[in-house]
Amino acid sequence: MAIVTQDNHGLRLAVRYLVLILVALVFMFPLVFMLVSSLKPTAQLLSDTSSLRAFLPVGDISLENYAAAFRRAPIGLFVFNSIFITLVTVCASLFLCSLAAFSFTYLNWKGNGIVLSVILATLIIPFETIAIPLLLWVSRLPWVGMEGIEFGWLNTYHVQIVPWIADALTVFLFVQFFKDLPRELIEAARAEGASWWQIYRRVVMPLSGPVLATAAILKSLKMYNEQYLWPLIVVQDEAHRPIMVGLGYFFQLNVAWGEVMAYLSVITIPVLAFYLVLQRAFIASIASTGVKG
Amino acid sequence: MADVSLKQVRKSYGNVEVIKGVDIEIEDGEFVVFVGPSGCGKSTLLRMIAGLEDITSGTLEIGGRVVNDVQPKDRGIAMVFQTYAIFPHMSVRENVAFGLTIAGASKEEKDRKALEAARILQMEHLLDRRPSQLSGGQRQRVAIGRAIVRDPEVFLFDEPLSNLDAALRMDMRMEIGKLHKHLSATMVYVTHDQVEAMTLADKIVVLRDGIVQQIGAPMDLYHNPANLFVAGFIGSPAMNFMDVEVLDQSADGVTVKAPALDPVKLPGVGEAFTANSKAKLGIRPQYLSVAPDTHAGALHGKVALVERLGTETVVNVELTRGGRIVAALAEDRPLELGTDIALGFDPGQAHLFNETNT
Ligand SMILES: Nc1ncnc2c1ncn2[C@@H]1O[C@H](COP(=O)(O)OP(=O)(O)OP(=O)(O)O)[C@@H](O)[C@H]1O
Ligand SMILES: [Mg+2]
Repeated sequence: MAIVTQDNHGLRLAVRYLVLILVALVFMFPLVFMLVSSLKPTAQLLSDTSSLRAFLPVGDISLENYAAAFRRAPIGLFVFNSIFITLVTVCASLFLCSLAAFSFTYLNWKGNGIVLSVILATLIIPFETIAIPLLLWVSRLPWVGMEGIEFGWLNTYHVQIVPWIADALTVFLFVQFFKDLPRELIEAARAEGASWWQIYRRVVMPLSGPVLATAAILKSLKMYNEQYLWPLIVVQDEAHRPIMVGLGYFFQLNVAWGEVMAYLSVITIPVLAFYLVLQRAFIASIASTGVKG
Repeated sequence: MADVSLKQVRKSYGNVEVIKGVDIEIEDGEFVVFVGPSGCGKSTLLRMIAGLEDITSGTLEIGGRVVNDVQPKDRGIAMVFQTYAIFPHMSVRENVAFGLTIAGASKEEKDRKALEAARILQMEHLLDRRPSQLSGGQRQRVAIGRAIVRDPEVFLFDEPLSNLDAALRMDMRMEIGKLHKHLSATMVYVTHDQVEAMTLADKIVVLRDGIVQQIGAPMDLYHNPANLFVAGFIGSPAMNFMDVEVLDQSADGVTVKAPALDPVKLPGVGEAFTANSKAKLGIRPQYLSVAPDTHAGALHGKVALVERLGTETVVNVELTRGGRIVAALAEDRPLELGTDIALGFDPGQAHLFNETNT
C-alpha cells in the first residue's frame, strides 16, 4: 500500500512539474524566439517562422546581425541614455513622491485630502491627452545650463526626466505604506524632539525598504521599457535618444528582422540583469500591488 | 521647575467635544495619575499636554509658560506609549540615544547617557540588541530609557504597562515608582489599573466623559469620594450601592432605611439630606463582615457566588428582601452556595449620596 501511495505521490509531483514547465515555456517562447532569431539571416528567420525551427538555433547561425545592428545605430549610446534617464527619474521620483506622501499622511494641513484625491485622479488620464500641451510648455520653459539661461527644453535629458518625476502611482504607493506605519512611532519621534525632516529621514525612510523597492521597480520598468511617444516628439537629436525610439532605425525601407531581433536582445540585457539581481524584491513588489509590469 | 497647569482646557473633534473644560494643577515633581473609563479622554488629555493634539480652547502652561502653540519638541516633555513605540530599525542604544542624536549631541555624550539610563533600568546587557530580540518588558524599559536620557521636565506615560503580564506589570510598576523618586521629575500617568493608580499617585484625577470628577490623594478618593461615580470607580470590588429613604436628619447623623435594611443611623455623613427624600447608600465590600444572625441592621441573604482569592473571599449575596450585595471577606472562607448569611457593617464607614449625584 505504502509503495502505491508513494508512486501516486511521485506521479502527481511529475504532473505538477510538467504543467509548470509548460507554462514557463509559454511565457519564454517570445524571449527564446527573439534570441534564436537574432542569430539567423533575415530570409531564414522568415521562412523558419512557419515551423518549430523558429525556436531552435539551427541553420545559418552567426552573430552577423549584432555586428550589423551596431553598425546601423549607436546602440551603446541609446542604452546609456535610457539607463541614465531611468536612474535619475527613479531617484528623483522616489524622493519627491515620498516627501509628498509624507506630507499627505502626517502633516494635517487644510485640504490635504482633496489635493491627494486630485493627484490620484490624474491616474486615469492617459499620457497621450496631455502630450501636446506638455510639449508646448516644455518648448518654452527656461533652464539654467552651461551657457546661462536658455529657453526651451527640447533635445535634452531633462525634458525626458522632469515630467516623469511627479507620479501619482508612486505617491499612492507611499501613502498606503505610510498609513500602515504605527502612528506612535511618528509621535514618539516628535516627542523626542525630531523635526518633520528628521522624522522623514531617520524614522520613516529607514522603515520604507519594501515600498521603496516596489516603487523603484515599477517606475524603472516604466521608464526603461515604455518611453516612446514622449521622446519621439521632444528629442530630435541622436545624442539624447532612448532605446525605444532607437528601434526606428531598423524599420526603414526594408525591415531587417534579424537586426531588429539582435537590437531587442541587446536592450533586454539590462532589464534581465536588473531582474536577476532584484528577483525577490521584484516578486514581492508585483504581488503587493497587484499591478502587472 | 515644571509644574503643569490646565485651565478650562477643551478639545473637540469636529463638533464632538471630548474634553469639556478641564482644570488641573500639577505641581513640580508630582506624580499624577489620570483614571477613568475607556473613552473618557485620558489619552487625549495627555496627548494635549505632549503637544500631539492641539488644544481647542483654554490654556496649558508648563513651567509657567503658556505652551498651547509650542511644538512637542520644545515643551521639555518625554512620552512613553502603551505600544512602546521603539524604532525597529535601530539598536537599543540608538533608540535610547535617539533624542540626543536629534539634538546633535556628540558620540561620547550619547554613549555616556545611554549607558547611564541603561544602568538605572538594569539593561546594560541589552544595549546592542535589536528591538525584535527583546521581550515586552524589555521593550518598555527601552522606551522609558529613551525618555530618561533627555532629562525632560515632565514625563508622560500612556498606559505603559497594560501590554505586560501581571507579574511583569508589578515589577515595572515598582521601577517606575523608584524612577520617580530618583529623578524627582513631574510625571503624568494614564492607566486603567486601580492598583497602579493607588500605589504610584501623589494625586489622582478621575475623569468621566471629558469632565474631571475629583482630584485628590488616593486615600482621599477612597475614603471621601465626591460623588457616586468616583465612589463606584475607585476601589475593587466596586462599592455597593443601595437605594434608601432618608427618615431623619440631625446633627449627629442621618437615619436611612431600605427594603432590605432596617433603619440605621449614619454618623458623620457630611452632606445635607432632607427627611423623606431618596438617597443612595454606599458600602465598600471590604467593610462588610459576617454578622451573627441576630445583629441589628444586618443584611440577610443567600450566598449566590463565591470567589476565593486566598487573601480574601468575594461573596455575592442575594438579599432576602431584594437586591444583591458584594462582600469582600478577609481571608479564605469556604462558603457553600445557597447558604444563609448575614452581613453587618459599621455605619461610620458607609457613604450616602444624593441621588442627583450620578
Ligand atoms: N482622532 C479622533 N477623532 C475623533 N474622535 C476621537 C479621536 N481621538 C479620540 N477620539 C474620541 O475621543 C474620546 C476620548 O478618547 P481617548 O483616547 O482620550 O480615551 P481614553 O480615555 O484614553 O480611552 P482608553 O482608556 O480606551 O484609552 C473617545 O470618545 C474617542 O472616540
Ligand atoms: Mg487611551
